[in-house]
Amino acid sequence: MEEIRIAVYVCHCGVNIAATVDVVEVARYAGTLPGVVLSRDYVFMCSDPGQDLIRQDTKEYNLNRVIVASCSPRLHEPTFRRVCESAGINRYLLEMVNIREQCSWTNEDKEANTEKAKALVDAAVRRVHYQEALEVKEAPYNSSTLIVGAGIAGIQAALEIANSEHKVYLVEREPSIGGHMIQLDKTFPTLDCSQCILTPKMSEVGSHPYIELLAYSEVEEVSGYVGNFKAKIRKKARYVDESKCTGCAVCMQKCPYTTDSEFDLGLTKRKAAYIPFPQAIPNVATIDPDICIYIQSEGKKCGACLKFCDVGAIDFNQQDEILEVEVGSIILATGFSLMDPKLIPQYGYGKYNDVVTGLEFERMVSPTGPTEGKIKLKDGRDPESVAIVHCVGSRDKNYHEYCSRVCCMYALKQANYIKEELPNTDVYQLYIDMRSFGDGYEEFYERLCEEGVIFIRGKVAQVTDQAMSDEERGKLIVVAEDTLLGRTIRIPVDMVILCNALEPQADAGEAASRFAVNQKATGFFLERHPKLDPVATPTEGVFVAGCCQSPKDIPDTVAQASAAAARILAMISKGKITLEAAVSAIDEEKCSGCKTCLNLCPFGAISFDEERKGCQINEALCKGCGVCAGACPSGAITARQFTDEEIVAQVEGVLV
Amino acid sequence: MEVLSPYKEAADVIFEAGGEPLKLCYQCGLCTSICPWNLVRNFLVRRIMHEAQLGATDFGSEDVWTCVTCRACVQHCPRGVEIIDVMRAVRRAVASLGIGIVPDALRISAKNIAGVGNPLGEAPEKRNDWAKDLQVKDFASGTELLYFPCCIPSYDPDAKMVARSTVAIFNKLGIDYGIIGTEAKCCGEAIRKAGHEETFLSLAQNNIGLFNSSGVKTVIVSSPHCYHTFKDEYPELGGKFEVIHITQYLASLIDEGKLKLSKKIDKKVIYSDPCYLGRHHDIYDEPRKILQSIPGLELIEFPDARENGLCCGGGGGRIWMDTPKGERFSDIRVDQAVDKGAETIALACPYCLLNYRDSVLSMGKAETVQIRDITELVAEAMTEE
Repeated sequence: MEEIRIAVYVCHCGVNIAATVDVVEVARYAGTLPGVVLSRDYVFMCSDPGQDLIRQDTKEYNLNRVIVASCSPRLHEPTFRRVCESAGINRYLLEMVNIREQCSWTNEDKEANTEKAKALVDAAVRRVHYQEALEVKEAPYNSSTLIVGAGIAGIQAALEIANSEHKVYLVEREPSIGGHMIQLDKTFPTLDCSQCILTPKMSEVGSHPYIELLAYSEVEEVSGYVGNFKAKIRKKARYVDESKCTGCAVCMQKCPYTTDSEFDLGLTKRKAAYIPFPQAIPNVATIDPDICIYIQSEGKKCGACLKFCDVGAIDFNQQDEILEVEVGSIILATGFSLMDPKLIPQYGYGKYNDVVTGLEFERMVSPTGPTEGKIKLKDGRDPESVAIVHCVGSRDKNYHEYCSRVCCMYALKQANYIKEELPNTDVYQLYIDMRSFGDGYEEFYERLCEEGVIFIRGKVAQVTDQAMSDEERGKLIVVAEDTLLGRTIRIPVDMVILCNALEPQADAGEAASRFAVNQKATGFFLERHPKLDPVATPTEGVFVAGCCQSPKDIPDTVAQASAAAARILAMISKGKITLEAAVSAIDEEKCSGCKTCLNLCPFGAISFDEERKGCQINEALCKGCGVCAGACPSGAITARQFTDEEIVAQVEGVLV
Repeated sequence: MEVLSPYKEAADVIFEAGGEPLKLCYQCGLCTSICPWNLVRNFLVRRIMHEAQLGATDFGSEDVWTCVTCRACVQHCPRGVEIIDVMRAVRRAVASLGIGIVPDALRISAKNIAGVGNPLGEAPEKRNDWAKDLQVKDFASGTELLYFPCCIPSYDPDAKMVARSTVAIFNKLGIDYGIIGTEAKCCGEAIRKAGHEETFLSLAQNNIGLFNSSGVKTVIVSSPHCYHTFKDEYPELGGKFEVIHITQYLASLIDEGKLKLSKKIDKKVIYSDPCYLGRHHDIYDEPRKILQSIPGLELIEFPDARENGLCCGGGGGRIWMDTPKGERFSDIRVDQAVDKGAETIALACPYCLLNYRDSVLSMGKAETVQIRDITELVAEAMTEE
């Protein structure tokens, strides 16, 4: 057997490690351990000179094992694996010891940290004696992409990928694509008409040869791995044949049954047979089975749409369809929902008619909205004064601690709507801090100051109709401290707009487990790295874009969606993926065929070979979690890179 | 021009005295606009927080002593700042370091508490005189419950009714309870809020020693302030016993069918939530359940009941300080009650009792609306017709 020749490198990480760990002592100690032919401490192992050190030493000392005691392997294991490979050492003969996140950063006691670092290094040295070189395999990369959610994020990513002539399956659970952006009237700070800039993209999506649009559909199941995912998609029955429907809307005119319009947030009604809004894509009708009397009465009543549809598109026999698609990558662009302001009863939403949310106001000013673009109180009058309340449920430990990031700017935009239409109406902004950080945003803030909007710095305590003076009678009174004056202020207004918090979709948790991604404490999806990889997730091949990752405005959403698309195009262009070799393997001789492992495997990587009466592992699906190896009663399964010998040796190193 | 410089040493004094939470404050002013003082005068809670952050606190200002610790602001603070702890820290700095002025009225009460163990300055040996003519056992090892009435019902001639009604109910139901000897002292809740930490610690140690050596396992209290300090502050000093407020206990007896209220009280009764029962401990339903169990009694509510209930003005040591006419919360409350057509204001806190009683007398409303503790009403409703 080849002699084990180990080198141990102890990194200072500037002062990140060296300040609270005696790195020189750790390196000295490492040098005394069996098999270690060389040990060094160095200021930055990840730097070019640090990397060169490993390459030179490998040659000079004829090394065949490398241990780097530095940061988390999540950060630099790929770096040092590359270095080892370039020096002719198999990547699986590298071992990283985390003496930063799990040692130097956790405690200020230098002596204790140093002892701990020594123990961790000892463990690694004992472990590498048992490590073996593993062969790295490759698999082809499917060039199709699944995008979940067709708001601006999903639409942008879909077009980027499809325009490179790669197939996209774009899934949207609502009857039309467009998301929240299509509900907006204008966009800040340029005041572009939201529909005008979005509908060309929507229509491009609807007719793109490389985009298969699956609206009114939901992903039910995902299996496989990066490069080779399989997804089951439920295409819900619209009771309308999409291929025949021309979007003429005659069914909608004739349908006698109504319910609240989701698109107009309940401010208008829609029919049971409906197209949610005029520019909907796909421009086809949907029949809502919960409202439709024909469906409810099992065909005994109504049927108006059937009679009047000229093209015979109505099909009450339509069933949900399950589609199975194979894709290489997935983008989650599932968006956000808005916090129910009724949770903050002191703001009077739901109690006073003229307390509305920002999105409701957006519908009100939209020419296609409930008041055809006119700013009106519920009784039809023009408001003489409006208060816009910031941070409703945002930046508030009682609801959401985070900043919703778009409210300051849309509050300014909405003040502009009011000033444009009703120049004599007073507009008050009640803010805690004005956050106008984006390109052109500060200038927009300045413009609104010029327009005469009144800014009051203070968090609103209460909206009430309890007047304390004649001036307040019949008004909504907004109570706050004007913190710049240091006085409690009561502002009588006619209308209150609440900037309610953006929050994760109600079913974000289910989506997270379906796509094997994680949620942050806020409930939004977790990105792989908040700064250096805000597009990927810890699950290879699954990306995030838009507000499902964190609240963001349209420019940031579009940038992130484009970035996700670029990442996927890069992988498609490479055409193959490297498979993790540190996975489980079954010794067929020892396997008794008991199938214990079969049901435990969380990735469906194990199958049963009827002929051989034994289990087998698909190495491409296996993630190397080791559950099977731990459970196998006959010890037939080995988790490579995590063998019993390796782990026992490591434990000994820590404890002995 | 007068300029301000941050004074870190002063800020550190406040931080060390327990004001640490104020570092989180982002100056939104919600506390100011929620604070009930701003119904009657200017009181800028937010500014006090910011001055403390900078160490620019005016330790000589009367604002140091204004907060009634009612918890309305803490309940809504978006940063979760324990504003009461900050107020207490500022007071501690004044009281312990002598860097400001302790108001006279408070100084006298503090001296009484430290000297004779009660804020009224009464003789310790008279603590249990209220029970003299009643059949009340002394607590002995093995007695199931200790009844601890609070200093006010023990000494105040009018408030004695609270303790007397409570034991009348217990006696009638045959409850196994006792009262503790006259070595007991004030619970110390309010004097601690008023910044006198050393006094509090000595009171707490005295009471804990007494309770522990007597074998007390469960204490029933009349005052939400005793409830608060026994429950939340004594355990870390070694006082670990179950604490039950009288309204909780009576409500549970009603649930179990042991307490039956048969005599009608045909009155419109309005209940005022004590801050230390409601906002501090989320006990809102039990007192209402008791009142609703009294036949004939019509329970009505203040416009701002429960979580939004207005303080009587007596918390945080304010019970010992003078509040000028026009600024008394209990006056506002009495007006609200009369507006609502209430004939009786039902209370569950001795401090509330003192403040409301003063209000109806000074407002000349004593004939219009009665001030009664819930236990008085229960004792009355138990009497056979």
